[in-house]
Amino acid sequence: MKSYDVVVVGGGIIGLATAYYLVKNGVRKIAIIEKEYIGSGSTGRCGTGIRQQFTTKEHIVLMRESVKIWRLWEEILPKPIHFRQGGYLWLLRSEEEDNEYRKYVALQNLFGVDSRIISKDEIKEIVPDINLEGIFGASWCPSDGSAYPQDVLDSLEMFLKSHGVDIFDYESVVDFKKTSDRVISIKTDKDEYALDNLLIAAGYATKSLANKLGFDIPVKNYRHQIVVSEPLKIFLSPMVVDRSLYFTQTYRGRIIGGTDTNEEETDDLTLTYNFLQKFSSELVSVFSKLSSVRLMRHWSGFYVVSPDKHPILGPTPLKNVFIGTGYSGHGFMLGPIVGKLLAHYITYGMFFLEEANHLTLDRFEKGMLIQEKAVIG
Amino acid sequence: MDKKNVIICRCEDVTYEEIVRAFNEGYKDIESLRRYLKIGTGPCQGKTCIPLLQRILYELSGNFPQNITIRPPETPVPFGIFVNVPKK
Ligand SMILES: Cc1cc2nc3c(=O)[nH]c(=O)nc-3n(C[C@H](O)[C@H](O)[C@H](O)COP(=O)(O)OP(=O)(O)OC[C@H]3O[C@@H](n4cnc5c(N)ncnc54)[C@H](O)[C@@H]3O)c2cc1C
Repeated sequence: MKSYDVVVVGGGIIGLATAYYLVKNGVRKIAIIEKEYIGSGSTGRCGTGIRQQFTTKEHIVLMRESVKIWRLWEEILPKPIHFRQGGYLWLLRSEEEDNEYRKYVALQNLFGVDSRIISKDEIKEIVPDINLEGIFGASWCPSDGSAYPQDVLDSLEMFLKSHGVDIFDYESVVDFKKTSDRVISIKTDKDEYALDNLLIAAGYATKSLANKLGFDIPVKNYRHQIVVSEPLKIFLSPMVVDRSLYFTQTYRGRIIGGTDTNEEETDDLTLTYNFLQKFSSELVSVFSKLSSVRLMRHWSGFYVVSPDKHPILGPTPLKNVFIGTGYSGHGFMLGPIVGKLLAHYITYGMFFLEEANHLTLDRFEKGMLIQEKAVIG
Repeated sequence: MDKKNVIICRCEDVTYEEIVRAFNEGYKDIESLRRYLKIGTGPCQGKTCIPLLQRILYELSGNFPQNITIRPPETPVPFGIFVNVPKK
């Protein structure tokens, strides 16, 4: 039987980013097991957005640190990941909203994020074609941005393979062998691997794998839909957020965006016409020029949502099992910092950021929840 | 004909030679070729090139690939068409 220091379940941004930092920490024998192809989960389906405009210290600090890594990765990974700091323009539609977001901006500034509240005139300068009717102002952070998920994964995969990490794709974890407090080996539909440490970063399936191991994670899966348009000449670099609508343009010229259709918890990724109507109506009302642009592709994926909309990271009731899940719709942007934190925890038994200590699974037992208000799409 | 000049994906400008090279680098299934070369991701969404790609993969590997994801819409549709006009 092959044996590994760390086995990672899940080939999404979290699995790959953690493996990246495990390599950096000097861990030698690492395997990633992915049920389909790398990026087949939420990561390859996501909206590309990376922002620091959050409403809690935990999210703001984690995202500030994550943006630093995104910038570094753009320079040092083997292939371009198309990280772009085009900013996030968060439209505000009333004085109350404006007042509320001023408080968030003050908190963001306190922790070193360069966001500010801007006027309609400034919005016009940043995105000239926005319909300003009914808009009061905006929360603007120029160092927010986006990266291209598949290019990020491709680049990480190339790095990992060249550093001796085994990546098994089209292979599904089906069972575990364990003692009372440790996992000894992991069984897939093709093989069995002995392991010292196990990270479950299996997105929508993390909870069911944990249940198989005898503990629960309080997350729920929600379907979220998203579209891209045909390619256009580049004209839009920020991510625009208008209530639950978000959209930007990728480096490949496509408008990418989504909105929230307030659905129930589900395991079903069926697409709905209702989404297309809601998205297109919201998009065209704030950016009428896009009315004649053609929608090219429509798909969906899961937000894995935790009770307080914050990630659940690190230790579990089993001594050598670690988890990363519950990103509630922003796990792509958190990927680099969460990967670094999880790798640190697996290697050294602790986090290096105080804020991450508030994000462990036992917070639900202890009743120490943190509430995030800024959730979109 | 020089294989270098045979364009398989017209939307994204992917040539026969690039596919063979990617295959030899380890991108052996449609999904990973699509991610790597962007083949089949343009306005026609692979209607022309994916069947050609299936055949090329069959020539290269002896297996006929079946795992193709098809996503709506059938053909690009303007956003304006879906806009909800409130009933009078
Ligand atoms: C429509 C949409 C838009 C989004 N937009 C954004 C955005 O703009 N910005 C942002 O930061 N986040 C966004 N998100 C959220 C983001 O996609 C996720 O939070 C993030 O990708 C989670 O990464 P992950 O690695 O945890 O999970 P995933 O990417 O889902 O990876 C988990 C992997 O585990 C594999 N797996 C499952 N079960 C098994 C098994 N038994 N054995 C082996 N492998 C298994 C799956 O196949 C999958 O590839 C969006 C999500 C959606 C759906």
